[in-house]
Amino acid sequence: MTSVSLLGQILDHANRADPYPLYAELRRTPVVRDEFGPYLVSTYWEIHSLLHDPRVSSDVRHLAPEARTTVSTDDPDLPPSFIRLDPPDHDRLRRLIMRTYGPPHTPRRVYDLRGEISSIVSDLIDRFQGRDRIDLVEDFSYPFPVTVICRLLGVPHEDEQRFHGWADTVATAIEPPVGTPEERQAHREAVREARHQLAAYLSGLIDQRRRAPRDDMISGLATDRGADESPMSLPEMLSNLTLLLIAGHETTVNIISNGMLTLLRHLDALERLRADPDLIFPLVEELLRFEPPVQLLPERTTLDDIEIAGTTIPKGASLWLVPASGNRDPQRFPEPDRFRPDRPDNQHFGFGSGIHNCIGAPLARLEAQAALTELVRRLDNPRLVEDPPPYRRNAVLRGPRHLAIAYDGLKR
Amino acid sequence: MALDGSLERLRREGHIVVVGASLAGLRAAETLREEGFTGTLTLIGDEPYEPYDRPPLSKQVLLGRVPVDHTALPRRLAIDARWRLGVAATGLDMAAKRVALADGTSVEYDRLLIATGVRSRPWPNELEAGLDGVFTLRTRDDAARLVHRLRAGPRRVLVIGAGFTGSEIASVCRERELPVTVAERGPAPLVGALGGVIGEVAAELQHEHGVDLRCGVMVTGLEGDGAGRLRRAHFSDGDALEAEVAVVALGATRNTEWLAGSGLAAGPRGIACDAGCRAFDIRGIVADDVFVAGDVARSPHPLFGYQFLSLEHWGNAVAQAEVAAHNMISPGERRRPHLWTPYFWSAQFGVNIKSVGVPNMADQVIVSQGSLGEHRFTAAYGYQGRVIAAVTFDQAKWLEFYQRQIEQAAPFPPPFTAVDRRPEGMRPVPAGFPDPSVPTHGPEVTVSGHSPTDQRVTFTPA
Repeated sequence: MTSVSLLGQILDHANRADPYPLYAELRRTPVVRDEFGPYLVSTYWEIHSLLHDPRVSSDVRHLAPEARTTVSTDDPDLPPSFIRLDPPDHDRLRRLIMRTYGPPHTPRRVYDLRGEISSIVSDLIDRFQGRDRIDLVEDFSYPFPVTVICRLLGVPHEDEQRFHGWADTVATAIEPPVGTPEERQAHREAVREARHQLAAYLSGLIDQRRRAPRDDMISGLATDRGADESPMSLPEMLSNLTLLLIAGHETTVNIISNGMLTLLRHLDALERLRADPDLIFPLVEELLRFEPPVQLLPERTTLDDIEIAGTTIPKGASLWLVPASGNRDPQRFPEPDRFRPDRPDNQHFGFGSGIHNCIGAPLARLEAQAALTELVRRLDNPRLVEDPPPYRRNAVLRGPRHLAIAYDGLKR
Repeated sequence: MALDGSLERLRREGHIVVVGASLAGLRAAETLREEGFTGTLTLIGDEPYEPYDRPPLSKQVLLGRVPVDHTALPRRLAIDARWRLGVAATGLDMAAKRVALADGTSVEYDRLLIATGVRSRPWPNELEAGLDGVFTLRTRDDAARLVHRLRAGPRRVLVIGAGFTGSEIASVCRERELPVTVAERGPAPLVGALGGVIGEVAAELQHEHGVDLRCGVMVTGLEGDGAGRLRRAHFSDGDALEAEVAVVALGATRNTEWLAGSGLAAGPRGIACDAGCRAFDIRGIVADDVFVAGDVARSPHPLFGYQFLSLEHWGNAVAQAEVAAHNMISPGERRRPHLWTPYFWSAQFGVNIKSVGVPNMADQVIVSQGSLGEHRFTAAYGYQGRVIAAVTFDQAKWLEFYQRQIEQAAPFPPPFTAVDRRPEGMRPVPAGFPDPSVPTHGPEVTVSGHSPTDQRVTFTPA
């Protein structure tokens, strides 16, 4: 057994730049009860198995209150979003979202954003003109996905800045709490306030779109009458739209920042991508394995005793899966700590797995492919100014807070 | 560890012949190259086309969403093969190591892989089968002819047999807003593969989508007009039906006739092989240089009491081809057994159906998640107190869990608490499979006893 809580170390901001040695340590005991309370699962096949196990619940209401360790991103005044629900409620909400987001009902929703994604990328890079240094996070990674998700949902351009602010605040709620009780209380208040403002704004937009629908997801949800089941209520829409906004935003910021950071640490891969843009497809998958934007899946609950890897996880336990560790498991990936842009057989946990598998994956792939290809093509001789860069506090949605990149010029 | 000289020579400059240029044949060829075989590779196929994918033929192709010539299988790597397409293999001389072809030529081999698959079982009356408007669906050409006719908007389509293929065709017809009648001898659609309890749900799906479903009846005759065009079908209950198109979907027949007299253990149930894909001869001794993969193979499976299984499954063709190819060019100690857990899928009436294990071995079934009434559920099948199979309707993401339950011989009924377990899912009921000697249709799992040389098949009625 470990004497210092490994979970505590993983959550410690001092270890944010390189948590991978801690994960390797964790994998020595694939399933372990941390001193903090939860069971940590860190090896590929065990994570895979639990992500597909119907005895594992994502509904925190199954968890004893004292076992809860995070502040939910969900608004306590709204019903839980589908990421925090089990079937059949989860399935109903996910189906209703899919009806206006993807195949078979709306197969072109994401595909048709390609042109817009590429012009957003070009516009943002054009603004680097006349400079020799950027902060990729501030100048590119942050504004890019929020613009895309606003287009997808149907948020007017002029409201995007306000959106960005709310999303940023609400997303911090997923972090394990830090600081004094007073600081924690203030944090909770700030999150609550941002959630309320966001919900009020979305209510107005839903109402507008219900009366005058356009070709966007909010219109789709607001006007859908469902197939053989009840359509989404307004509170359900607010809860789930907030989730889509946060999940679709924060994770994409991180994959782009992590992506450039990784490429600038592996200049051979960067040169290969410049010479062969088609390399971007396997490269993005390898990034999702190597530096996944979602490092941990906290707070799943066991509905029954589960025997796994020689351990019995008792019913009612809090389960933290560590997909970023599973992605580096040598039992699954040869040379797991090597970044191989053309890695074959790369079934990573970058988007999770099982019924909660990332709904935004097709969009995230497009965004990452478009952004990284174009950044690499246009930046002349890009290099890191600081390595490692400063990291954001969040251990779950992990990525740099700033990423200073110097370069010699900008190609057309 | 050094390879012995003859195997090293085979890998370097031997001649491997693959009979059957479909999914299993292509994947085997790719695996041979991937694993370092540099000799001559010949692929023989009776159809004139390069390897193509069959599952879309009864779905996207019939719907008109994908042209029939856009079904070519993706190539994982260049295989540098000699292709003999459009020429069927007609005989095998194991002593001379030679395959005879329909054009009178022959091809010699050092090692042979047989992957000749199955063909659709034709309408038994040849005259009636020859009527204009009577179809089967197995090949690209079949699909091209049928989609052409569906596009013309026939007044009614008759589908004979409600296995997976028949049900998928009926689903396409309804999506095309064509009136369709389905005739099924059994008590419900899919009953041979999934049993009566789940078959009932399949029947509800058909009814809800406007299919004129007639179970418990047989089509006794197809009647043509003066010009030889189908115009009417007659049923065993005395009824008759006007129809311009009839699709015969009565399952498949294994392509083993060309092996008659070869000395291989080949018959209507397929070609028996060991777990390493080596073919048995009629004495029950494995042939050293003849391997089998895909729909035409029957091989013993440890999860099912080492009985021989025949699997008409896409995934089995891929997995077995890879094992066969590996073993063809590997020494004994490096050979691998084919231990694939049966797995297949279907798409019909807007529902994604997936199955793992061998449902038709089961005596009981339980709805362990979801609800039959909502048509979204996971059903676990039990055989003598252990989980033997599972089927999902629009809940495929749980299937891997049940696959592990099968592989671990977990107890049945499942004792655990799970998400979405309903009151109706607390009690197992009889699975409701018909008499196994009645031939069924669709992606089929046939459990066929322990003897490799068993070539008897008794159909009821004869």
